[in-house]
Amino acid sequence: MSNTRIGRRFAELRAKNEPALVAYITAGDPSLEATVGLVEALERGGADVIELGVPFSDPIADGPVIMRGAERAIANGATLRGVLDCAAKIRERSEIPILLFSYLNPLMRYGFAKLATDARAAGVDGVLMTDASVEEAEPYVKTIRDAGLDTVFLAAPTSTPERLALVGRYSSGFVYLVSRTGVTGEQQQLSAQALPLVTAMRTHTELPLAVGFGIAKAADAEAVGRLADGVVVGSAFVRVIEKYAGSPEMENKLLELTRELKMGALQGRLR
Amino acid sequence: MITTSEPDKGGHFGRYGGRFVPEVLMAPLEELEKAYEAARQDPAFHAELADLMKNYAGRPTALWEAKRLSGILGGARIYIKREDLLHTGAHKINNCLGQILLARRMGKQRVIAETGAGQHGVATATVCALFGMDCTVYMGEEDMRRQRLNVFRMRLLGAKVVGVTNGSRTLKDAISEAMRDWVTNVENTHYLLGSALGSHPYPMMVRDFHSVIGKEARAQFLEREGKLPDTVFACVGGGSNAIGMFHEFIGDTGVELVGVEAGGRNLTLGEHAARFAGGSPGVLQGCYSYVLQNADGQIALTHSVSAGLDYAMIGPEHANLADEGRATYVNCSDASALDAARLLSRTEGIIPALESSHAVAEAIRRAPAEKGKVFLVNLSGRGDKDMDIYRENLKDLDE
Repeated sequence: MSNTRIGRRFAELRAKNEPALVAYITAGDPSLEATVGLVEALERGGADVIELGVPFSDPIADGPVIMRGAERAIANGATLRGVLDCAAKIRERSEIPILLFSYLNPLMRYGFAKLATDARAAGVDGVLMTDASVEEAEPYVKTIRDAGLDTVFLAAPTSTPERLALVGRYSSGFVYLVSRTGVTGEQQQLSAQALPLVTAMRTHTELPLAVGFGIAKAADAEAVGRLADGVVVGSAFVRVIEKYAGSPEMENKLLELTRELKMGALQGRLR
Repeated sequence: MITTSEPDKGGHFGRYGGRFVPEVLMAPLEELEKAYEAARQDPAFHAELADLMKNYAGRPTALWEAKRLSGILGGARIYIKREDLLHTGAHKINNCLGQILLARRMGKQRVIAETGAGQHGVATATVCALFGMDCTVYMGEEDMRRQRLNVFRMRLLGAKVVGVTNGSRTLKDAISEAMRDWVTNVENTHYLLGSALGSHPYPMMVRDFHSVIGKEARAQFLEREGKLPDTVFACVGGGSNAIGMFHEFIGDTGVELVGVEAGGRNLTLGEHAARFAGGSPGVLQGCYSYVLQNADGQIALTHSVSAGLDYAMIGPEHANLADEGRATYVNCSDASALDAARLLSRTEGIIPALESSHAVAEAIRRAPAEKGKVFLVNLSGRGDKDMDIYRENLKDLDE
């Protein structure tokens, strides 16, 4: 397991038989200043790892909730440089692992060598590129890893065994399992595709496995927490931010949802 | 100078192309690649496609020498490849017939597509009607407004047209929405992508289905002139008609290839769709190529009077042809395209699509100074769908 904040956090949780709650929010929604406080609320609510979303104009893997979050963030002037500054502010007060969650183009435009240096300096712990297949991302993996950062890749229910092996090989920190075919967004119930994927991926890697896409309720977190090392939630958080943006309640509402989901995930290990 | 142009195993034309998609889509892209490879080797596939091209779509299309237009310009002689005469009114049907046969081979029951001007949507709705497939077309709401008649045509053909309200509400947003549908319904759905864009194998496959344009034109030209054209012109949005025309000529190093992008109102970012005049390499919607973007890597909004050229990225094979110096890319303003449409209509009795008018405009611009040369222009579509826009812009005719 990698000796990064991400690797160490998963190792600590594994030792305690606790599943990780991995929380996604889009940086800059509603503003980069607000993001710092929102991450603090997530941490106090029990989130173990933060996925900090870099907003992109054409988010093909995202459903309407995160898409709107990205639109708001871009409209409010969030850039990759701003997101890194935001990560640095979070890092001043907290040791929570931060994974940069981005589409490729903003990172490519910034330059990977510069990104690796600046992300490291900002206290970022890893990078996930949504639209970078392992084949296309290979040239960037070394640059990112050499800076001491993790590279997290996605595995999907449609991935062949050959592709699962590749995803395992190029990932560090953890592997993100996409619970179902589709875009991000809350679902009525957890996909039946999710848990078989955990089992399949275990045969290819020792890395911790976190399951995301469509998880919105404590019951889903419980089902996932029973089998996987981590539960990823995104749209449900972004929806709270959308609903309470500008209200003094925003951070508290986010904290409440985080606590609920973390309790759900923990329940998964009690039976 | 390169004399052939085939992608590597990962679908790269030089530095460009490839596969930049969420992991969920990697398996269906591999499935499509395999199915296409198998179809390519299968004589029965080619025979059925050839029959459809001839007896349904109306191939071969005519090669017309535009003598009145050439005479007025007093320079180069201009030939026009009449893709506007094809069924549904544009070259788009070539690719749709190829892909619908492939969708059937893969056992898909449902087809989705994006459309800008509506020509690809109409062609997709047409082949779906012919093959009895369920059809959904994504179209930006701004484009639905600009191309109302095509929306109705698609519905008449039995397709469901879904308006897209995200972003700029044009082609780019329609593609994103189609990709979101595909990622959700990969099992039973084929994404019938309409340009030489996106992830491998689409740029190669779409080109192959349109390469009939260049094959026919080259043979027709040789037969009529006893030699090859000096210069070939085609408009370039994603670049499907252009690559279909250019591909057959790549080895003919004496033939100049000119792609014409949409220069829009002017060359300020946001006012045009000329990727080689202000764009830089980047990733959009599954592909690495020249794209219009801002300093932060956000994709820029684009403008063109022609919805079919109004897109932020150019196909990867064009990007490579430009880097290699085998083709050159210029741009033509909205105003020049409108002027060219009027001149072609009045001299030859051919009303071009606004997209194709861009290629005509560049040939018109160059012809007077190039006496003794012979030009070939791909007229990718006819102008019926653009009548509202012509009316809005050519007010002196609409008393």
